[in-house]
Amino acid sequence: MIRPTLVFLTVFTALTGLAYPLGLTALAQLAFPVQANASGLGVVGQAFTGPGFFEGRPSATTPPYNGESSSGSNLGPTNPAFLDQVKVRVAAVRAANPTQSGPVPADLVTASGSGLDPHLSVAAARYQVARVAAATGRPREVLDALIEAHTEGRWLGVFGEPRVNVVALNTALVRLAGVAPDHDAR
Amino acid sequence: MSSHALIELLASFVVLTGLAVPLGEWGARLLADEARPTTPERWLYRLAGVDPASDLTWRAYAAALLVFNLAGTLLVYGLERAQAWLPLNPAHLPGVEPGVALNTAVSFATNTNWQAYAGETTMSLFTQMAALTTQNFVSAATGVGVLLAVIRGLTRVSAKGVGNFWVDLTRSTLLLLPLAALWTVLLVAQGVPQTLAAKVEVAQVANATPQVLAVGPVASQVAIKQLGTNGGGFYNANSAHPLENPTPASNTLEWLAILLLPAALCFTFGRLVQDRRQGWLLYAAMLCILLPLTLLGLWAELRGVPALAALGVDGSLGHLEGKEARFGVVSSVLWSTATTAASNGSVNAMHDSFTPLAGLGPMWLMQLGEVIFGGVGSGLYGLLLHVIVAVFISGLMVGRTPEYLGKKIEAREMKMASLAILLPSAAVLVGTAVSSVVTDGPAALGNPGAHGFSELLYAFSSTANNNGSAFGGLTVNGPFFTLSTAVCMLIGRYWVIIPVLAIAGSLAAKRRIPTSAGTLPTHTPLFLGLLVATMILIGALTFVPALALGPIIEHLQLMGGAS
Repeated sequence: MIRPTLVFLTVFTALTGLAYPLGLTALAQLAFPVQANASGLGVVGQAFTGPGFFEGRPSATTPPYNGESSSGSNLGPTNPAFLDQVKVRVAAVRAANPTQSGPVPADLVTASGSGLDPHLSVAAARYQVARVAAATGRPREVLDALIEAHTEGRWLGVFGEPRVNVVALNTALVRLAGVAPDHDAR
Repeated sequence: MSSHALIELLASFVVLTGLAVPLGEWGARLLADEARPTTPERWLYRLAGVDPASDLTWRAYAAALLVFNLAGTLLVYGLERAQAWLPLNPAHLPGVEPGVALNTAVSFATNTNWQAYAGETTMSLFTQMAALTTQNFVSAATGVGVLLAVIRGLTRVSAKGVGNFWVDLTRSTLLLLPLAALWTVLLVAQGVPQTLAAKVEVAQVANATPQVLAVGPVASQVAIKQLGTNGGGFYNANSAHPLENPTPASNTLEWLAILLLPAALCFTFGRLVQDRRQGWLLYAAMLCILLPLTLLGLWAELRGVPALAALGVDGSLGHLEGKEARFGVVSSVLWSTATTAASNGSVNAMHDSFTPLAGLGPMWLMQLGEVIFGGVGSGLYGLLLHVIVAVFISGLMVGRTPEYLGKKIEAREMKMASLAILLPSAAVLVGTAVSSVVTDGPAALGNPGAHGFSELLYAFSSTANNNGSAFGGLTVNGPFFTLSTAVCMLIGRYWVIIPVLAIAGSLAAKRRIPTSAGTLPTHTPLFLGLLVATMILIGALTFVPALALGPIIEHLQLMGGAS
């Protein structure tokens, strides 16, 4: 029993533990060099603060949007610490967006699962338009169009949720011709 | 409930069934005893000194399986401890500390993939590949092997042997390998990294310093962690991480991979026992329990948290704490029940942050013994234990000798089935009880009150049934949890496998009795009802008291607005 154990363990380690991942690494690097190296735009979320940017989800990583150590908050829905945290976030979002009077989109005040979520719901992006327009001097219609252009629908119309990539959206915002009046965050 | 929720649910299961049926047929051809070994296979058997035609008794089969699994566990442990001196450690990570290393070795060998560590900050690329990815394959293949032994028990007549472990192990790995390669390519195309670098730098829009991302051979590990019902993520956030699961398309692929082989093996079973209706019945029984619990979770999560609405939060998209915007409530809940029905345990949302009833479904699916889809191979042999119990109970009710597929079910089979069903359940309840009273348990909680109890109950439900998902707020890398959960994982795996192999051996030795007027057919809606009722009854009687102390109390608090 010892000989087959050693042979099968060695062969399967070589086959499934080395040949399989290494062979596919070679194939992936040849066929999909951008994806295989995580080098697309906005593959992982980034921290945005200041009125001139669209802000993303709250992040539970330390520091926020730490690409080397993903984590959710793991706070339960009846935990007083969680409810306090949301209360503070709601007050901050309301203070930053004084022209908005309705309820605050849930994704703006709840942490994502990974702490690295690059997306927002369309409603959460639109919620910030008035603030970003005032801070950057861009007309609201331009920003609405920008959100529209960066909205991805459900896959095949069925799977997942419609969403806006905040990193891509802010990149486009920065690239809009000319520099915004108080755009000094960079 | 929104129409989108129902459409995504329906579409997901239609696609799953459409893929599982032909895959099951292909699996039956590959795994059948009549399949001739290919030339490389023959070289391998010759190198190992194994005669592929030799037949092992159930005891010899179990011994080979245990020795192979033990050696695998030791190898993983050794590689983890020594990773600092081994190649492919570009981040210069130190050796893994003994408690976590032992826990992880047991966890991956038992197909649990409970993770007492954060992948990107603990394991070198070499450990992730040579140690963990290898076990992802061979632990799943071990499960298929045991299932094949049971199938031989049902189909052979007056036979001594239940098959050859080494042949089953090899065949099952060859079933997994091409699927894993295909899934890897599809996932890379969606944006899952596959590189030998450990880090990449990305320019930030609002900050001059670049953002550093942990990367590595992620896609190849994610592909097999899903297909092999392993679930151990490359990253701490598992499939919630945008690099482990970047798009709704990757999410659908990964969701399908969770259930694909456990579903397909139902059809493999039907084909190998030469009665396809038996396979369809088992598949239907699984759906009868999975679908209602999924709907319960969808309802609870879309309904949201009343206390948040009171704070002025718009709940129209449901409860989003711990969820990714690209998946939202629907894809997250669909995943949560699939990953706990199957003994997968990967997550695309943090289960700890779920509303109580959406957390109850996954917990109970694990407590049922990982037989609703369950692990690759292990789910189906676990379900067959419940079939034996259902056949026995219905035999008692009508006063006839119980039989399944022409084999008499007698005292020995019932004893072994009871043992295999009761021991993991006892491990769940004892583990939860002990951890609730020793100081290490409460000290490790991430949430107070009833939810804290749910964290402990979830941890032992997950490990004693080889699932591996967690209410992640619980801190489990201390000595109490690394040891107690390791013991639970061993019980949940081998104290089921050994009685199951004993049943296989005892069934194989029996004669086939012809169908008579007294035979209870096991492909009818009546038997479907009996089987589902048996599972619900056993699961409810064992676990409702514990669930009442956790998610049920918390649900009442949530509705009452208490916090």
